Amino acid sequence: MKEAMIGQPGRHYLNEGGFGWKSWLLTTDHKRIGILYMISITSFFLLGGIFALLIRLELLTPQADLVSSETYNRLFTMHGVVMVWFFLIPSIPAVFGNFLIPIMIGARDMAFPRLNLASWYLFMLGGIVAIGAIVIGGVDTGWTFYTPYSSTYANAYVVLTVIGIFIAGFGTIFTAINFIVTTHTMRAPGMGWFRLPLFIWSNYATAIIVILATPVIGITLVLVGVERLLGFGIFDPAMGGDPLLFQHMFWFYSHPAVYIMILPGMGVVSELVACFAYRRIFGYIFVAFASIAIALLGFFVWGHHMFVSGQSLFAGLLFSLLSYLVAVPSAVKVFNWTATLYKGSIRLEAPMIYALGFIGLFTLGGLTGLMLAAAAIDIHVHDTYFVIAHFHYIMVGGMVLAYMGALHFWWPKITGRLYPNGWAIIAAILIFVGFNLTFFPQFVLGYLGMPRRYHTYPEEFQMLNVLSTAGATILGGGYALPLGYLLWSLGWGKRAGPNPWDARGLEWEMTTTPPIKENFEVIPLVEREAYDYAEPALNIGEQLRFEREMAAQGEKGYR
Amino acid sequence: MRRLLVYLVLLVSAPVAAVAQERMFWPEQASEQAPRLDAFYLALVAINGAVMVLIAALIIVFAWYYRRGSHVNRRFPPHDLLLLETSWIVGTLLIFLAIFAWSTVLFFRVQSPPSGIDLDIYAVARQWMWKFQHPEGPSEINELHLPVGHRVRLTMVSQDVIHSFFVPAFRVKMDVLPGRYTSVYFTPTRTGTYHLFCAEYCGTDHSGMRGQIIVMEPADYQHWLDGQRPETTLAQEGRILYLRHGCSGCHEPESQILAPSLRGLWGSSVRLENGERVTADHRYVRDAILLPQREIVAGYEPIMPSYTGVIDEADMLRLLEYIRSLSREEAAP
Repeated sequence: MKEAMIGQPGRHYLNEGGFGWKSWLLTTDHKRIGILYMISITSFFLLGGIFALLIRLELLTPQADLVSSETYNRLFTMHGVVMVWFFLIPSIPAVFGNFLIPIMIGARDMAFPRLNLASWYLFMLGGIVAIGAIVIGGVDTGWTFYTPYSSTYANAYVVLTVIGIFIAGFGTIFTAINFIVTTHTMRAPGMGWFRLPLFIWSNYATAIIVILATPVIGITLVLVGVERLLGFGIFDPAMGGDPLLFQHMFWFYSHPAVYIMILPGMGVVSELVACFAYRRIFGYIFVAFASIAIALLGFFVWGHHMFVSGQSLFAGLLFSLLSYLVAVPSAVKVFNWTATLYKGSIRLEAPMIYALGFIGLFTLGGLTGLMLAAAAIDIHVHDTYFVIAHFHYIMVGGMVLAYMGALHFWWPKITGRLYPNGWAIIAAILIFVGFNLTFFPQFVLGYLGMPRRYHTYPEEFQMLNVLSTAGATILGGGYALPLGYLLWSLGWGKRAGPNPWDARGLEWEMTTTPPIKENFEVIPLVEREAYDYAEPALNIGEQLRFEREMAAQGEKGYR
Repeated sequence: MRRLLVYLVLLVSAPVAAVAQERMFWPEQASEQAPRLDAFYLALVAINGAVMVLIAALIIVFAWYYRRGSHVNRRFPPHDLLLLETSWIVGTLLIFLAIFAWSTVLFFRVQSPPSGIDLDIYAVARQWMWKFQHPEGPSEINELHLPVGHRVRLTMVSQDVIHSFFVPAFRVKMDVLPGRYTSVYFTPTRTGTYHLFCAEYCGTDHSGMRGQIIVMEPADYQHWLDGQRPETTLAQEGRILYLRHGCSGCHEPESQILAPSLRGLWGSSVRLENGERVTADHRYVRDAILLPQREIVAGYEPIMPSYTGVIDEADMLRLLEYIRSLSREEAAP
């Protein structure tokens, strides 16, 4: 390292093994696979975002003017399908989990590097099939594929879309297997379970849910395909099936899937809050076990999506009660993050703004979730914009903000470059403001009674829809900014140094920036607890020397 | 000082009340359960608002007070306080359970049948329209006239996919399923015209599957009904079908073939071959016609043919209403 150019090691995972497309598409390096995922899910996010923008534009006026009902129904379906299965579920685990898990626990790679690459290929194959279905005509069932509409009545490419999701599901399962085995078997000496960063705990919990739940959606979607193609009466009562059976099976997967989407974000926020409050996370054990509790309890609440579906009153009562229980560990996390700020030394850098934004928006999403868990209120607001607002507060206000926070926190480690801080803070604030303006009015719309998936609506709802669309415009701008300055930073950003945030953890203290291909020259011996901010960072001397030398060379912006 | 306080409260609450009147935050309250539900909702908004403000305030105050470089006491930062952790776990749980209890009481009150039904109406949903059927005979498309102050039961079924009956002003919603009856109960308390929405996505023209609920004074309703009334009631139309489909051949008391009598059947407890007992309601009679082999009445041969595919949903309701009327005659002196 000493002979390397200042601030960057001579060799690292980005230049070792070549630059050609083969070196990327055939790589088994978990870091490069993480980047492959980053590029793919960013494309899916843009696609899903364009669908969302078209939906919001159409809803500017009560009448149908921009698109036809057929197109509108396809837009919200494909927005949901792309965002849920091809952005949210892979987002943090597949990008940052892949990149960080081996480094954070002191390993050289995942337990099964080739399986890891295979999971990306499956994900891409599934994505291409789903996009193929969109290109040749799309699908209009809603991302929930409720039967018998999807299995018998829909005049669209249901089977092809379902096949895409089915294939991508195997990719997710492979990744989860890798995470669990890696965490169990490849921790460095001294890295006990309670020294693991909370990011590992939450990704571990996520992997458990993925393995237990994903096969169920696979089976369910196959049954939809079987009914549609072969005419077996499974869900359609006209053929002797039971339409509610589908809803039970779908939500048995899709409610846990909500936690697949949010738990990794919680892990990211624990890392960010600890670093930028500059102190050990408050109640580490409670935050760690809250993830496990959420993973397990999350399997027993699916019926709260079905309070007015015709299921029995007593089933409704039980699912309502269980939904309140699963909310407790989430509340515990929020309290612990807030308590971590107490007596901290807080830096409001861009990642921290995202993390604090996450806590606020996730809290509001959770609190409105409590209202939906109250079966009495759900009768009125079920399938209205209240539900849309609620889960976007969790999925976008929560998960997407956590993803953006993670991106801004680990970007220097991944690329070796710093992005312009001022722009990053402006983008974070734009996203926060735009998000709230988009989705807060939808709570009101929902209680007023505007149903979801409505192409046209009564005129009295227009005002709130206009507000929402205005917010979506700001939100879109907020997302476009990072795309610009992050790409810019690849060529022109300042060099980062090994530990620009003065953070703790193996990825910051024991690796170069960017890390070398095998992560560590020598596997580290872990002797400190996680988030040991009371002691100076192990490589703080290196970082300061790097910054001094950059300053001496006349580079701007270094101390 | 006190006068100032009163003035301040008025100053704040008056616009809120004025705005609320304009239906800014909740729809009109036009059913018995609407005010009860809104009270619960507003209580939750207040609790949630308080928690949200508390968390946001703590984050903002801490982020400013403990910002890097501020000269404040940071000695001995706590890392794990078991008592604090336990108390906020138990505290949240207790609050959650209280909310759950309140919600469940309301939920059961809204969803379970009231002590008496004044008006029994049928609804058949299909892509993309609502058809309502009054027992006196008239039927309506995408409109439902109701008398104010009457306890209504709506028995609903779909001809194709799942729909959902949603009237925001009544705070009621219930999915409408193919092949199975679901019911919804409400008592309109205010005359006027209210939105009816299909809330479950049902295909291309889902957002066009809207209608109007027109709540009238009972006298006006009667007047409307008189103006509508066709030659025959629902039950009379049912009797025609009963004869046409040959049901009478076996089920009439003087018939040669031994089939259970339908007089007095409705609402009675039927003993089945396997020893179970079921109440003869919409669900049972419908299944007996479409899936006669499923629940065989004790002491009878399973010889009834299935009418699946022969009788559509609208005719099924006529038949049910006729069979039901047979028990009403029985009860009447």
